[in-house]
Amino acid sequence: MTALINSRRNFLKTSVSGVIAGMLPVSLVRLSSAAGGEPDFTFAYISDAHIQHIRGSQFVRNWDRGLIRAVAEANLLEPKPDFVVFGGDLAQLGTKAELDHGAEILSGLDYKSHIVMGEHDYYLDLGKYWSDLYGDHYYSWDHKGVHFITLNSILTYDDWTFNRWESDERRMNEMAGLDNPNGSPFMVGETQMKWLRDDLRKVDKDTPIVVFSHSPLQKIYKGWNFWTEEAEDIQALLKPFDTVNVIYGHVHQIQYNQIENIAFTSVMSTAWPWPYPESYAQADSHLPILTVPMNRADPFNERDATGWQFMNLHTGRVDLEFNLYNNSNRTVAFNAAKGHPEDVSFTDPGNRKPSQRHY
Amino acid sequence: MKKLIVAALFSFLAMPGFADEFGQDDVDRWTAQFEQVAAEGRRLWTSPEIGTNGVACAQCHPNAANTHPETYPKFQKQLGRVIQLWEMFNWCLRNPLEGEELAADDPRMIAMLAYVHKERRGVKLDPGKH
Repeated sequence: MTALINSRRNFLKTSVSGVIAGMLPVSLVRLSSAAGGEPDFTFAYISDAHIQHIRGSQFVRNWDRGLIRAVAEANLLEPKPDFVVFGGDLAQLGTKAELDHGAEILSGLDYKSHIVMGEHDYYLDLGKYWSDLYGDHYYSWDHKGVHFITLNSILTYDDWTFNRWESDERRMNEMAGLDNPNGSPFMVGETQMKWLRDDLRKVDKDTPIVVFSHSPLQKIYKGWNFWTEEAEDIQALLKPFDTVNVIYGHVHQIQYNQIENIAFTSVMSTAWPWPYPESYAQADSHLPILTVPMNRADPFNERDATGWQFMNLHTGRVDLEFNLYNNSNRTVAFNAAKGHPEDVSFTDPGNRKPSQRHY
Repeated sequence: MKKLIVAALFSFLAMPGFADEFGQDDVDRWTAQFEQVAAEGRRLWTSPEIGTNGVACAQCHPNAANTHPETYPKFQKQLGRVIQLWEMFNWCLRNPLEGEELAADDPRMIAMLAYVHKERRGVKLDPGKH
């Protein structure tokens, strides 16, 4: 943790403009290296841009600004991250115009990027145009002793996808409404589960694993698809490994959790925040009790409760700095003694702020 | 004469629509009226038609969550005064939705208020809460 704080301090000192850096909303993920002495490294994580086409050459300015700012700030990071992940929902309604406009903004990143599929990118043409831009929907790679896996976790039942809707646009619209009762639970599906099983077979049990998915690979609230249908099956596949981290988007809020060997951490959206499920009075939610919520958003400040993350990987675990555009940054680091991620400032209930209370 | 008055009084009492009398049929009808308006409110809440840029209220407020209708009227620090919830709706219509304000008694405003309160049913009133 000291290293993370130091690195951030150095980053602030050495960045091009101290003024800009002081305002940075970076969620940086730091992954601790494996016991084998691999070096620590960092990567940045930007997610849920929801680029939204109005008409002609017009896009919703508010969402554009969130992504443009994340790209500009990520490029100022010092030390330089090894790569950037974009966590899904680049577009709002999956159109070529939205994906192209979002890809154009993301192309401003100075780093290699890995892209995750979100439901807003997928359900218009089932990921066809996204594939032209970014390739495979799920894949894995190794980097400095860590095995990285990117899943497409926003698939659903075939009947819903292929038989229910009279047009592709209707299907996209039905899935785009977070609270839409006509939606359908997120899944990775049988084909991808088999691929994951085969992929993990090749990995040593002491190799740290980081999984990127759009939806949480844990069940928090089904009504808003803070949910993946096969969560328990995926967790079971990951259970034999010593050190597993799952990083997910979709929820537009700070969440973190520990289920046995798996540390879960969400990332923020660059576009807008979502309420915590507990603030919907008619439903039960299962927000992890470890989570200290983000601040309740100020609706008068259009970038409030949005941001991006900077991550540091050390000893196989991810420490995550939430770079919040209009709040103090938050750091959620893995506490090795307790065996789970925790907020470094607000874990003690006595330190919490009234604005972290959601109802 | 006295008989006449009594008869008139009885016929008055027997008239339908005596002020404090209503039955289950009335309750069902009134509830249906509310539900119809709340459903229209849900439709507007999730529709791009209420603004100009395609953004819908539900994009930030699924199931109208995080609107806290039970806390209004309350001091809205950004406006520096105590306001009603419909004034916040208008702030959102003007800004994230890039649209036009609605009058407090516009049927669309009433419909959205009905929907938001319905989603918050059962939560106790707590005006002024932050």
